[in-house]
Amino acid sequence: MSRQQTQRLAVILITAVAVLVFVPVILVISYVILSGIGTINWEFLTAMPRNGMTEGGIMPAIVGTLVLTMGTAIVSMPVSILAAIYLAEYAKDNKLTRTIRMAIVNLAGIPSIVYGLFGLGAFVLAAGFGTSILAGALTLGIMTMPVVISTAEEAITAVPQQFRTVSQSLGATKWQTIRHQVLPHALPGILTGMILGLSRAAGETAPILFTVAAFYVPTLPNSIFDQTMALPYHLYVISTQVPGMPLSIQYGTALVLLLITLTLTLLATGVRTSVRRRRDW
Amino acid sequence: MPAKISIQNVHYTYADGNEALRNISFDVQPNEVFVLFGPARSGKTTLLRLLNRLSDLTEGADFRGSITFNGVDIFGRAVDVYNLRRSISMVFAIPTPLPGSIRANLTYGPLMAGIRDKQVLEQRVEHSLQQAALWDEVKDRLDSSAMALSGGQKQRLCLARSLAMEPEVILLDNPTSGLDPLSTSVVEETLQELRERYTIIMVPHSVQQAARVADRAGFMLDGELVEVAQAERMFLHPQNKRTEDYITGRFG
Repeated sequence: MSRQQTQRLAVILITAVAVLVFVPVILVISYVILSGIGTINWEFLTAMPRNGMTEGGIMPAIVGTLVLTMGTAIVSMPVSILAAIYLAEYAKDNKLTRTIRMAIVNLAGIPSIVYGLFGLGAFVLAAGFGTSILAGALTLGIMTMPVVISTAEEAITAVPQQFRTVSQSLGATKWQTIRHQVLPHALPGILTGMILGLSRAAGETAPILFTVAAFYVPTLPNSIFDQTMALPYHLYVISTQVPGMPLSIQYGTALVLLLITLTLTLLATGVRTSVRRRRDW
Repeated sequence: MPAKISIQNVHYTYADGNEALRNISFDVQPNEVFVLFGPARSGKTTLLRLLNRLSDLTEGADFRGSITFNGVDIFGRAVDVYNLRRSISMVFAIPTPLPGSIRANLTYGPLMAGIRDKQVLEQRVEHSLQQAALWDEVKDRLDSSAMALSGGQKQRLCLARSLAMEPEVILLDNPTSGLDPLSTSVVEETLQELRERYTIIMVPHSVQQAARVADRAGFMLDGELVEVAQAERMFLHPQNKRTEDYITGRFG
């Protein structure tokens, strides 16, 4: 084979493999959409489940997932952003910093079921919150932190050093510099990380298994101390625990969950590109 | 007249052991243009950054000696470093507007100093732009992005931004390095106007520029101050052989 032929073959192979990455994504998404779209209607989205969940809608699970996602944001956003600011701007290369970084790496590596058990022990039992939205949001919040901290730190570090120097040369303090020069430019990146973290949290089953998710509650939650249904757990339940569950409801539920996480992911991508286009440095 | 800035026996060594400044001593008088020239890596920028303590941002460096501003030790406990940087303001080699409008760039320093009065801010914007000879070019688009200005305009904006803090001393670190000859001469002319109100310490782009703008000049080489003299004597009759070699282009 000549060198040109080898070259051409290599390009074809590499392209083929890259295209292969698309295949499972397209397959999963289109299969779920095709199988579930027929089930989705106003009633399915806004009605309570009926007749042992084999009829009616999945509203409590949708509301539960949205509430949990919001709760996760409230728990993890402030801590993660402050931690990222500390790591990017203030942390010196010392033992404390290395310990914090190691903790974050380890947090990211903990299996989600372990978070679930930790949440059960720490928030449900020890803190006495019971099986509740509060316990679930705290568990999901902690699980989300490593992702958000890493992306936020990256976004903060990506703000050019010269803006910090110029700002301080104009008599700004370090905090004024962070507040007025660094954070505004890092915010889109921070938001992107936040949304990606949340989209993962919205789809997780294991962490909410023991901390918040209810098999079946016929009402919407009234306070953060209530249990709630949630889409991923509901999907697990109706796929494995309830005999005689119509497939259409299962696919419909899967589609709704997919749409929520997909929307969050696309939102994150959208924020990132729109800001990149506006940025003039 | 008492010196505006007095530098005595200054040594400065970076954390990596690089001896950037060795036993530097000289005074800068009020309302003079003092030019620090010399080849690259001779310590000029390091010295400028020390004067308004931007050097604080560099960790692990070793400083010895003393620097006074209006007779006060700038490293003294009572000194507010943020006020110091407003009084001794720096213009960098590369024009670096902050992202945002022209107006936002000019009001940034005053705002961070706690000035909230809209009238005062407006007046600072106009006044500083006029002093930097930029007002006529941008007065109709103060709210458009500073990043859209040309290189020469950006650098005059950075100069105006320093002036908007109403400093006493302006440090100019090779402010015309990236500019075309026309923009350079506009900036140089502006400096001639500014010397009446401010004390200017400048690292020039070239020996020729040093000779054009300086009242007095200091020649730096390898972290040492070789010679300080009135401009005329420095550039026509340098006392030191090394100064003469550099000025006449034998090295550098």
